Amino acid sequence: MNDDGSNFWTTLDQAPALAKRALVGVLPESWAPLAGALVTVLFVCLFFISIFALLTLVERKALGRMQNRPGPNRTGPFGLLQPLADAIKMLVKEDIVPHRADRLLHFLAPVILVVSALLAFAVLPFGRDLAPVEFDGAILFFFAAGAGTEFAVFLAGWASHNKYSLLSAMRALAQLIAYELPLLLAVVPVVMLAGTLVPQGVVEAQAGYVFGFVPRWHLFEPWGLAAGAVFLVAALAEANRSPFDLPEAESELVAGHLTEYSGFKYALFFMAEYLGMTAMAGMMVTLFLGGWHAPLPFLEFLPSWFWFLAKMFAVLGLFIWVRGTLPRLRMDQLTRFAWKLLLPLSFVNLLAAGLWHYSAAWDVPAAPLVRWALVFALPAAAFVALARSLGKGLGPRSYRYAC
Amino acid sequence: MLTLLGFVVIALVLLGSAAFAVTRLNLIHAGLAFAVTWLAVGAFYLWAGAEFVGLAQILVYVGAVSMVILFAVLLTQLRMRATLPITLDDERRLGAGLVTAGSAFGLIAAAILVGRPDTPAAPHRALTARELGEALMGQHVVALLAVGVLLTAVLIGAVIIAAPSDPDGTEGGA
Repeated sequence: MNDDGSNFWTTLDQAPALAKRALVGVLPESWAPLAGALVTVLFVCLFFISIFALLTLVERKALGRMQNRPGPNRTGPFGLLQPLADAIKMLVKEDIVPHRADRLLHFLAPVILVVSALLAFAVLPFGRDLAPVEFDGAILFFFAAGAGTEFAVFLAGWASHNKYSLLSAMRALAQLIAYELPLLLAVVPVVMLAGTLVPQGVVEAQAGYVFGFVPRWHLFEPWGLAAGAVFLVAALAEANRSPFDLPEAESELVAGHLTEYSGFKYALFFMAEYLGMTAMAGMMVTLFLGGWHAPLPFLEFLPSWFWFLAKMFAVLGLFIWVRGTLPRLRMDQLTRFAWKLLLPLSFVNLLAAGLWHYSAAWDVPAAPLVRWALVFALPAAAFVALARSLGKGLGPRSYRYAC
Repeated sequence: MLTLLGFVVIALVLLGSAAFAVTRLNLIHAGLAFAVTWLAVGAFYLWAGAEFVGLAQILVYVGAVSMVILFAVLLTQLRMRATLPITLDDERRLGAGLVTAGSAFGLIAAAILVGRPDTPAAPHRALTARELGEALMGQHVVALLAVGVLLTAVLIGAVIIAAPSDPDGTEGGA
C-alpha cells in the first residue's frame, strides 16, 4: 500500500491514464491539451485497428471450426500471420475505379465510413475514468456517428456507376434505416432509468450487487432483458453482420455496394465494418452488461479496463457464433422483422421500463418478485402475441422433390 | 477570437455547400451537398453550446432526411439531371433577385440588431439534456403534445398515400 492508498492493482487500473499523463508531461505546459488529445486518439486508433486484425483471424478460425474445418493455419503458427498476409495483399492490389464512376465520391465513401466508425470509439468508457471524451449527450453522439456510416454506404453504391451496386446500396439503406429505430428505442429505457446521457453515468448506475453476488447490470432487469435482446439484434443489423448481411453477401448482387472496390479501399470497407461491430459491442457492454464493473464482488481487484475488454470480446464472440449458425434473412423478411416485430416490441418495452420505475415505491409483500414478474410479462406477452400474429398461416414446410 | 474564427469557418462551409447544392444540375450531387450543409448546421449548434440539439440535428438530418431525399430522387427521376434552367436568361431577373434577397437580409439584420438586449449576456453555459427535458415536459408540454399529434397525423397520411389501393394484389398492372 502506497502513501495515497493506492496499490499495485489500482495503479494498474489507471495505467492507461497514467501512461498518457507521463507522455504528455514531457512536453511544455501549453501543448498539453493538444498533445493529450493526440496521444489518446493515436492509442485508441492503433489499439482497435490491431483488434480488427486479430478479430479477422479469430473469426475465420472460429467459423472454420464451426464448419468442421481448421481455418487458416499455413501462414505462421496457427495462422497468426494471416492478417499480415491479408494486409500486404490488399496494399499491392491494383486500385481500379470504373471509367464512368464519380472519382471523388468513389474515393470519399470508404473515407467517410472509416471516419464515422472511428468517431464512435471516442465516447466508450473503457474503464474507471478512462473514456477518451466525456460530455453531456455522448450516447447521442455515438448514434449520430453511426448515421454517417449509412450515408457512406449509399455513396459507395451510387458512385460506382453500377446498377447492381446501386440496387444493393438502396437495399442496405432500407435495412439500416429500418433497424435504427429499434436500436434507439432499446437505448431509451436505459437512458430513462439511469437518468443520464453520459456513458460513465450509465455504467455507474449499474454498480453494486443484489443478494451479494448477482450484479446489478441492466441485462438482469426485466425491461433490460428485452431491451438488450432488441439492441443485440438491431446492432447485428446495423453492422451488416449475418444474419443481416444481405448488402454484402457473396451470393447477393455480386458484392453489393462493394462490387467496384478493389485493393486498399476494399480493406477500408472491411475495417470500417469490423470497427463498427466492435463499437456496437462496446456500447452493448456499456449500456446492458455493466460496463467496466466486475461480475462478482471478489473479482473487483482486476483492472476495470480488463473487464470492459473481456465483456466486449465475449459479445464479439457471440456475434461470430451467430454468424456461423444462422442463415441469412431475405430482404422482405428482414424489413418485416424490423417494422412489425422489433418496433412494437420496443414501444411495449418502454412502457414496461416506466412501470418498473414507478413501481419501485410499492410495498406489497414480496414486492421485488411481483415487480419483476409483472414488468417481464409485458414485453414477453407482446413478443408472443406479435410472433403468433406474424407467423399465422405459415405452416410447417412441405418439401416436394423432383424425383 | 478563436470562437469568431470558428463561426466564420462554419458559416463559410454552410453557405458554400448550400450555394453549391442549389446550382448543381445533377440532383444526387445537390442532395449530397445538402448533407454537408446540414452537417455544418449541426456544427453551428455545437459551436453555440447546444450539444443535444446539434447531435440530434446530425442524427436526424444527415442520418435520415438526406436518405429520404436520395431515395426520392432515385425512385422518381429517370435521368437525375434537373431540367429547369439554372443560368441567367434575363438581366432584370438579376436585379429583382438582388432586391428580394437584399430586403430579406435587411429585415432579418434589423430584427436582430434592434432586438438585442441592453444588459450583457450571462456567462455562457451549455444547456444540459436534463434541463432541456424538464423545460419540454414542464413549460412547453402543450407544444410538445401538439407536435406529437401533428406528426402522428402526418405519418398516418403518408401511410395512406403510399399504401397500394388494392391490398390483396389481385388487380393486374404494376
